[in-house]
Amino acid sequence: MKAIQRYVKSLLLWELVRGLMLTGRYFFAKKITVQYPEEKTPQSPRFRGLHALRRYANGEERCIACKLCEAVCPALAITIESEERDDGTRRTTRYDIDLFKCIYCGFCEESCPVDSIVETRIFEYHFEQRGENIMTKDRLLEIGDKYEKEIAADRLQDAPYR
Amino acid sequence: MDSLRELWIALPVVLQIILKIVAIVVPIMLSVAYLTLAERKVIGYMQVRIGPNRVGPRGLLQPIADGLKLLMKEIIIPTNSNRFLFMLGPLLALAPALAAWAVVPFGEGMVVSDIDAGLLYILALTSMGIYGVIIAGWASNSKYAFLGALRSAAQMVSYEIAMGFALVGVLIAGGSLNLQQIVLAQDGNMIHWFVLPLLPLFLVYFIAGIAETNRAPFDVAEGESEIVAGFHVEYSGMSFALFFLAEYANMILIAALTSIFFLGGWLSPFEGIPVLDGLFSWVPGIGWLIFKTAALLFLFLWFRATFPRYRYDQIMRLGWKVFIPITIVWLLVVGAMVLGRMGPWFS
Repeated sequence: MKAIQRYVKSLLLWELVRGLMLTGRYFFAKKITVQYPEEKTPQSPRFRGLHALRRYANGEERCIACKLCEAVCPALAITIESEERDDGTRRTTRYDIDLFKCIYCGFCEESCPVDSIVETRIFEYHFEQRGENIMTKDRLLEIGDKYEKEIAADRLQDAPYR
Repeated sequence: MDSLRELWIALPVVLQIILKIVAIVVPIMLSVAYLTLAERKVIGYMQVRIGPNRVGPRGLLQPIADGLKLLMKEIIIPTNSNRFLFMLGPLLALAPALAAWAVVPFGEGMVVSDIDAGLLYILALTSMGIYGVIIAGWASNSKYAFLGALRSAAQMVSYEIAMGFALVGVLIAGGSLNLQQIVLAQDGNMIHWFVLPLLPLFLVYFIAGIAETNRAPFDVAEGESEIVAGFHVEYSGMSFALFFLAEYANMILIAALTSIFFLGGWLSPFEGIPVLDGLFSWVPGIGWLIFKTAALLFLFLWFRATFPRYRYDQIMRLGWKVFIPITIVWLLVVGAMVLGRMGPWFS
């Protein structure tokens, strides 16, 4: 009996009609496409995008060249050189991040004892010439200065969980 | 009107023929272009996306952009391929798909050549399309293309038989090989169409038609996931576009033929029904044909969005062990119905 039932069902294309009904329903379903340049998906405050180097409120750069980020970086994307400044503090003379190597894991940010290197929410950027993929210290500081407000707000929001 | 007719008769015969060809090929090419857009839109909608919407308003210029892109691209001929056959393949695929339209009636008397062996002509030409695929696959000198060609050869040969048998049913029911006569035999309202007495043959014909045009779920000849793109891996630019055009032209042809054989062609579904007939009397016959064809084409797209690809042995099983027995049995039934003058179709 079961076999006959199955035979009749397959002859009447029952399962195919069921499948067609499913896709037919979805044909009228609400579309979920996000039309990217006009619409954007919401971002988490923990979003890991382009890097930045931050400063203290008095304008002094935070980075103390401890090289923890360089050590923790799994992709070896960070290169740091440092020297003693006239006032006796240790500062970087070179702080490069190769964005081609970087995997945006956020370890550098986690390892930083002074919250200097951070990853911002910026993800829409491009390179037009060779070498632009190397983010130098100046460019990183520049981004930090420009987005300091947003960066600080995001860190503050995440502070209770760190 | 009379002066126009005189002008038409005064034209040289060659020019008349060329004008007729243009009058058919241009609309078909336009429908092919917009069928590709419709396909992307429909499949997108069924996948809860919105499909192309950037080129022109609502993406309406997308086919033109696609066509331009393919025109600009270089045609690459593989080193060890057979040059002549390599270029012949796409032409052989497209030409029969267009030539078959010569006998398709768009309305009473609206047909390029009203030949009595129309059905045979259609059968012959739809089979010709396979050679384009086989030649292309062989001439490419690529193992994927060759495998694709072999698959499509086997598949098309087995479905040709079921398709032919289904058409024999239409032939018995319509009593003529002339496509116009077949449509006129379905005169009357929806009930008089051949779908009802020939329902299994209709299904077999349509499914075999999908297999014949190498559409999903029978697209093993292309089989993106296993043999890259099948017979047209080595083709690029315009030579690839010809295959693309051929596939869609074939789809439109199969849909139009199905509506002519089983759905009453250009006849209105409400003919002779008191109120509805009057309501729809403004629709010209060709409008009904286009509507039926479009509905069937939507089915093509719907199937593609729904069904996963058949396994090769399942395709063979379906063709030989299901379709052919069904058609043969139903041929006997149709014969009995015609002999018994079963109404409303055969009385």
